[in-house]
Amino acid sequence: MLNNQGRPTTPGAASVSSAPPTLSGDRGLNHEEPLLFEVGRAEVTGVDLPDVTLKADRLGGLARKRPIGLVGLSEPETMRHYVRLSQRNASIDAMFYPLGSCTMKHNARLNEKMARLPGFSDAHPLAPQSTVQGALAVLSQTATWLKTLTGMPAVALSPKAGAHGELCGILAIRAAIRARGENRTRILVPESAHGTNPATAALCGFTVEDVRANAEGRVDVEALKAKLGPDVAGVMLTNPNTCGLFERDIIEIADAVHAAGGYFYCDGANFNAIVGRVRPGDLGIDAMHINLHKTFSTPHGGGGPGAGPVVFSERLAKFAPLPLLVQDAKGFRLIEDEEEAKALGYSPFGRMCAFHGQMGMFVRALTYMYSHGRDGLRQVADDAVLNANYILASLKDVMSAPFEGPCMHEALFDDAFLKDSGVTTLDIAKALIDEGYHPMTVYFPLVVHGAMLIEPTETESKETLDRFIAVMRGLARDAKAGDIERFQSAPRLAPRRRLDETAAARKPVLRWRAPDNAAEAAE
Amino acid sequence: MRYLPLSGDDRRDMLAKIGVASVDELFRDVPSAAREARFDLPLHAGEMEVERIMGRLSRQSIPAGEKPFFCGAGAYRHHVPASVDHLIQRSEFLTSYTPYQPEIAQGTLQVLFEFQTQVALLTGMEVANASLYDGSTATAEGVLMAGRVTKRDRVLLSGSLHPHYAETVRTVAELGGTVVTAAVKPGQVEDLASLIDDKTSCVVVQNPDVFGFVRDLRPIAEAAHAKGALLIAVVTEAVSFGLIEAPGAMGADIVAAEGQSLGNGLNFGGPYVGLFATREKFLRQMPGRLAGETLDADGRRGFVLTLSTREQHIRREKATSNICTNSGLCALAFTIHTSLLGEIGLTRLARINHMRATQLAERLTRIPGVELVTPSFFNEFTLKLPRPAVEITHELAAKGIIAGVRASRLYLHEKSVANHLIVAATETNTDEDIAAYGAALQEVL
Amino acid sequence: MSEVRYTDQHEWIRIADGIGTVGISKYAAEQLGDVVYVELPAPGRKLNSGGEAAVVESVKAASEVYAPAAGEVTENNPALEGEPATVNADPEGAGWFFRLKLSAPGDLTKLMTKDQYTEFLKGL
Repeated sequence: MLNNQGRPTTPGAASVSSAPPTLSGDRGLNHEEPLLFEVGRAEVTGVDLPDVTLKADRLGGLARKRPIGLVGLSEPETMRHYVRLSQRNASIDAMFYPLGSCTMKHNARLNEKMARLPGFSDAHPLAPQSTVQGALAVLSQTATWLKTLTGMPAVALSPKAGAHGELCGILAIRAAIRARGENRTRILVPESAHGTNPATAALCGFTVEDVRANAEGRVDVEALKAKLGPDVAGVMLTNPNTCGLFERDIIEIADAVHAAGGYFYCDGANFNAIVGRVRPGDLGIDAMHINLHKTFSTPHGGGGPGAGPVVFSERLAKFAPLPLLVQDAKGFRLIEDEEEAKALGYSPFGRMCAFHGQMGMFVRALTYMYSHGRDGLRQVADDAVLNANYILASLKDVMSAPFEGPCMHEALFDDAFLKDSGVTTLDIAKALIDEGYHPMTVYFPLVVHGAMLIEPTETESKETLDRFIAVMRGLARDAKAGDIERFQSAPRLAPRRRLDETAAARKPVLRWRAPDNAAEAAE
Repeated sequence: MRYLPLSGDDRRDMLAKIGVASVDELFRDVPSAAREARFDLPLHAGEMEVERIMGRLSRQSIPAGEKPFFCGAGAYRHHVPASVDHLIQRSEFLTSYTPYQPEIAQGTLQVLFEFQTQVALLTGMEVANASLYDGSTATAEGVLMAGRVTKRDRVLLSGSLHPHYAETVRTVAELGGTVVTAAVKPGQVEDLASLIDDKTSCVVVQNPDVFGFVRDLRPIAEAAHAKGALLIAVVTEAVSFGLIEAPGAMGADIVAAEGQSLGNGLNFGGPYVGLFATREKFLRQMPGRLAGETLDADGRRGFVLTLSTREQHIRREKATSNICTNSGLCALAFTIHTSLLGEIGLTRLARINHMRATQLAERLTRIPGVELVTPSFFNEFTLKLPRPAVEITHELAAKGIIAGVRASRLYLHEKSVANHLIVAATETNTDEDIAAYGAALQEVL
Repeated sequence: MSEVRYTDQHEWIRIADGIGTVGISKYAAEQLGDVVYVELPAPGRKLNSGGEAAVVESVKAASEVYAPAAGEVTENNPALEGEPATVNADPEGAGWFFRLKLSAPGDLTKLMTKDQYTEFLKGL
């Protein structure tokens, strides 16, 4: 199933300029900032390094012959350039950021401080293992917390993000099926799934089959069962699902998949809704990735780095990828050798990446887990679910919720309440920007028309939610009242108004080029 | 709990608004058998207690900066200017996400555009993406991309491609094809040309290679292109771009590199940042996010994520890759450090690295029985020692010298490299470090 | 005026002298939004009826274009490479995708007429 529902990507004609002209082009604290290549100079550097002369190099005649073309900035110019750029970003520290499915919760600074302790940040991945026992202990303790919280016996820490974790899980399933001497070719994926699920299954050579949702926004169990058979390798299910609902038939689904000889992969993107309360291992799951940047609050960093450890059931544990971590009398030790792993009864399917995974993220997540403890983590799930239900209950009379509550950690609305108003989901999102909010996730999941997915997280206060609810109610009212112009011209108060994504895609400009080179390229 | 703002009164009022008596009722869709799990884990802890726990763990490792330290092999210890770490901790960079709403994410988008430009310049390629997870996964993505471009499924890996990278490639490339790895010949020019056939999609060659050997990619590029295969150049030490001919200038079709050396610490292996660049004609087969330039409704320049129809959220099972997140914050650190260095700074930094490695190689090869295996090198070289390297690194560690990465740590069953030691030197190594290493090695041999 | 037929996947095909011209319907173009890229089959490629023939992309969506009938591609529309917007401006005219020498013209009788397709759209 391709996503073949487009939406407007060119700014409308109804654009009303709101910018009073200034001589500088800047507006108070809102500064325009040129590209690095327009402010930097080839002859400037912001790092004091001696200019050593090489008497004779040992580069085998392969020294660079032409300049690279980089430009440099002094340190004060660097600070100003990047500070000004930073000020053109929305962030969870500065504003409510209810981006559904992404879990924009508070990022504790203690986690950052701990990640910079030299025993972690200044440890080399291939240093003699006797010298990095503290770093290995972090791997071990992170593994212990994740296994205990999920009720699963094994974990592969190395996957570098959620999608990479999915790949790890599906590769383990593939290895397990091959070890049984079988060739199963199909993977079932609900149509509400994240796009990474079908992409991952296809990457591993499986045929992807959609499973439809029922009227309650959950997997249609009968439709799923009808598709099971001896050629099905497994199912990939998100739970809580992308509509923010718990798949209440999950144990029945797991049993059916297992009875048909398949494996149950769970996309753990929404584990934050149930952490400290529900163990996925009790639900019949065979493999699940955990986005440490969602549930365990490692910072999103403008789009990464993430971390996607995968927990495994007993049935899949032995197929986990290298490296493995063991502890003996001499301390912790990594097993990086497939033959050594096999001698210990493992059958690793391969390796996900160089070295041992996103250590910096493990330190942050472990700090977060120690800070919360088992009681705090349970409260995280409770408050995340409470906040989302509070939003659902406070908005469902003026917006339209496609499914009955209660929801889990996020509240889903569709665009039925905008019918015939001339205002779209996209317009609502852009209007929210003018109101000082980062919009919710829009147009996902695909199973709902004009979806708006609101995930408040547990780190927002009731006062913040009440203000947001008042704004959303106002926007719904104004949209229905037909104030189309205001919506279609939004945002007017952001650093940029709507951008022409159509032009960007039709004639891609993906890097800066020196003006004379640009002229050459155009010839 | 210091991170949770709701009070008991708030919770009570909110439950009333929702119309349930307790939070438990909100979890009623969870099967009852799984609703109330118990966890054998500690209770919450204050900042001071957590710092104590984590500090104790940290002290069980010896930081690389505490001793003369010479490990490389894919991760390099460089000095990162203080302003880099300050800037990446700005709230607006650290606590934002993927720029889905470009009007309020111009900071991240412009940084990515600058990053793409820097990467394209450094690698000598036409286009670069907004980063991948790390060098090894970027290499695997490059191999998959070469398969899409050439519609072939046989992959040829150089024997001196970092073995972790080779294993990462094999794990995904063998799902739909075959992977051939050339024999390991440290410091020698491999005969890859004879292994390329008309089913070969790509040849993957690292430069400088895992032994530190600097190689001329041009003959390999010619041989690959003659058979309709692509050359993927892998670079694990980004500082080398400052001194060595760019892969793009030597005929590479795809460059997959590790960007950790610029702006990012060792971090025990991650997070790092994968650099990925290629030729414009392959753009639509390229994995990962791309920032592109455009105009807003008022005609002002701005940036957006573009060409996303290649990606999983639209194309789903037909996407070029399953990747969703990139390595945003590490890419930011890379961009800031590279901006601070500029052309002059990066060139100087690269020269200092080369000088340090040259000094160290000269010092160590004066010791009888120590042989330099890599005739050319940048900031890393390989020595052949008279005894197994595992013994010698152990003995040197006891003397406080972290001497390098023994080849047998990476080539686990390759007896021919048992005595080989991969040694890196950077600007962080001092004259004293080099002297101490020389003296200690002389003693143990 | 030559006859136009429609598929339930929103392709159209117009036949003249045993050659079918194929494109996507106005409805499909509107659903996709501003088209930014079109990938067309090379001349000489043999297509099965219902097989994947082309890809059309907007900024936020992508769709496959299936061959409404079996045959061999004789030419594709070079104008779309430089001006993909033609698909939005004139989807059932200048925005055609490719031409096909039909191997089994009888296939077409299974497709919808203009009136039938208009009815079909009402049911969506």
